[in-house]
Amino acid sequence: MNTTLTLNRGDAGRRAASLGRLGIWTLITSGLLIIFVPLLLTVYLSLFDEKLILFPPPGYTLSWYAAILPNFGGAIVVSLELALSSVVGSLLLGVPAGIALSRHRFRGVSVISTLLLAPLTIPGIALGLAIFLFLVLIETSTSWPLTGSLLGLILSHLVITLPWVVRLSVASLINHDRAAEEAATSLGARPLTVIWRVTLPAMRSGIVAAGLFAFIFSFGNLEMALFLVAPGVTTLPVAILEYLEYHIDPLVASVAVAQMVLVGGLMLILDRFVRIGKVVR
Amino acid sequence: MSGAPSAAALNLRSLRKEFGTHLAVRDVTLDVAPGEMIVLLGPSGCGKTTTLRMIAGFVPPTGGDILLDNESLVGVPAYSRDIGIVFQSYALFPHLTVARNVRFGLEMRRMATDAANARVDEMLRLVKLEHFAERLPRLLSGGQQQRVALARALAIHPRLLLLDEPLSNLDAALRQEMAREIRILQRDRGITAIVVTHDQGEAMAMADRLVVMRDGGMEQVGRQEDLYERPATPFVAGFIGNSNLLRGRLDRGGTLLTENDGCIALAGRYHAVGPACLAIRPESIHLGDPDAADARAQGTVMLGTYLGAVMEYVVRLDAGPDVIVRGPSAGRDAERRRAAGERVCVTWGVAVERLFDEHDRPAPIGEIR
Repeated sequence: MNTTLTLNRGDAGRRAASLGRLGIWTLITSGLLIIFVPLLLTVYLSLFDEKLILFPPPGYTLSWYAAILPNFGGAIVVSLELALSSVVGSLLLGVPAGIALSRHRFRGVSVISTLLLAPLTIPGIALGLAIFLFLVLIETSTSWPLTGSLLGLILSHLVITLPWVVRLSVASLINHDRAAEEAATSLGARPLTVIWRVTLPAMRSGIVAAGLFAFIFSFGNLEMALFLVAPGVTTLPVAILEYLEYHIDPLVASVAVAQMVLVGGLMLILDRFVRIGKVVR
Repeated sequence: MSGAPSAAALNLRSLRKEFGTHLAVRDVTLDVAPGEMIVLLGPSGCGKTTTLRMIAGFVPPTGGDILLDNESLVGVPAYSRDIGIVFQSYALFPHLTVARNVRFGLEMRRMATDAANARVDEMLRLVKLEHFAERLPRLLSGGQQQRVALARALAIHPRLLLLDEPLSNLDAALRQEMAREIRILQRDRGITAIVVTHDQGEAMAMADRLVVMRDGGMEQVGRQEDLYERPATPFVAGFIGNSNLLRGRLDRGGTLLTENDGCIALAGRYHAVGPACLAIRPESIHLGDPDAADARAQGTVMLGTYLGAVMEYVVRLDAGPDVIVRGPSAGRDAERRRAAGERVCVTWGVAVERLFDEHDRPAPIGEIR
């Protein structure tokens, strides 16, 4: 009697467990589908041998990829310049700020890290407009041509990337043992040497993740860049938007795939050096 | 020994540290001879770590002076002090191999490559880690990390070695082994060393002399025997050897009246009258039958625990407090085992009785009864 009861309960338990497993796999599969179906569809579209997007396509070609550089080469260069500059700029400013914030546990630290999130709460288009007006104001009073310059774009992107870099830097130091810095000091390292030889290596994965974030954000940003581009200084997302106003053809899909490959490849390379997943929680 | 560090003399002169209104270290004055190992011992918050950090140069003193070979260290930055430190967490550089960790201080001194290589090899041999040179610290056991930290601190041939709770992260078995190893190394190389710990066993095992600290001040300085046999205060008696502390009023004649009017018949007779504290070690107390002639107090056994070589009893005195009693569990000196609930008397000789007056000073003993 007792045995049967136990067995029954065991059966029920097993059934519940296998149902649970089924549920989990369903969720995982549908999650993956939601993420990857649009991406795969884009890849598929980029291969259509036809100016109009028609199903089924008359044939397949790689010629759209050959057309990327003639059409978007300049914008890609601008976007790369912009993205790399905002990586360098936000790391140079944000990492020291993060070290300072995590070292000095003064009362305002939590207030400051909350305030740092403020730009992220403002819709990008509103922020873009505000920054544009601000730059116009500076331009009219100092006649320093900021609007429509790469510098203006870089500065506007720092508004978003810098807070993230600071927060990731602080987070990467949470489990850092300050005693290691004191040990280095006692062994004869001066303060800057301590930061270079002990603190920065400890922050490595955080810094890499922060740089990656800054790059991806800057490279893909459309709504802030809309206000700040000018002829000759047009970023890739803006160029794509402008192109879409007159054409809807597989070239756009092939540019999108090229961008995905670029960013995805970057992430894969960096993931070999640091486990990004460990840092971005 | 060739290439051995040149040991320095350390003198603390009225060393003080205030954090805001809190006095963390009050007028610590201490002379440490070259090659001597001093242990600062006390509970957390007693100021021992702050004292160590002032010597290291991480915390500026608010008063007093620190002299290393008669030169003041006050105002000298920590990176110029040539003081080796072993941290409680070991504080190894996680991204550097064992050899690179040990080499760090030599790189800071821009030592030539060949000389640095030779020094690193020597240090790793010294701590028996020559086969681990290319490992990363996280792949080592706690004891091995401890040895790397020691090798790294010794590699710079420090004038002084500071050890902050060096054994507290090791398991019990390794602790004693490591304490002996550090002690032999320090003796062998004639290093002046300051150790900070809250563990009296560790302190006893490593020290030439101990400094018992409490509330930022020095309670007593001395060798193990001095502190164990002649504790200057009830606090020292309680900290070194875990004495039973019984507080009460000393009555004329030699009776200690406890708070609830119980009586403890003291072994000695004292001049003092008034508030007093009796300190008596667990191993100094013997259990006897309730009607024994030399009974100091009556009580009931609450708990008896077999601890291997030792039997430990908790006895609740009729006079109020509990006392811990320890005695050999076997052999010629073993006493009859007592069961919980058994009525007993406690007794001790005059030689092991420590009585302190109301100012926590040893009470002068009068004629023996």
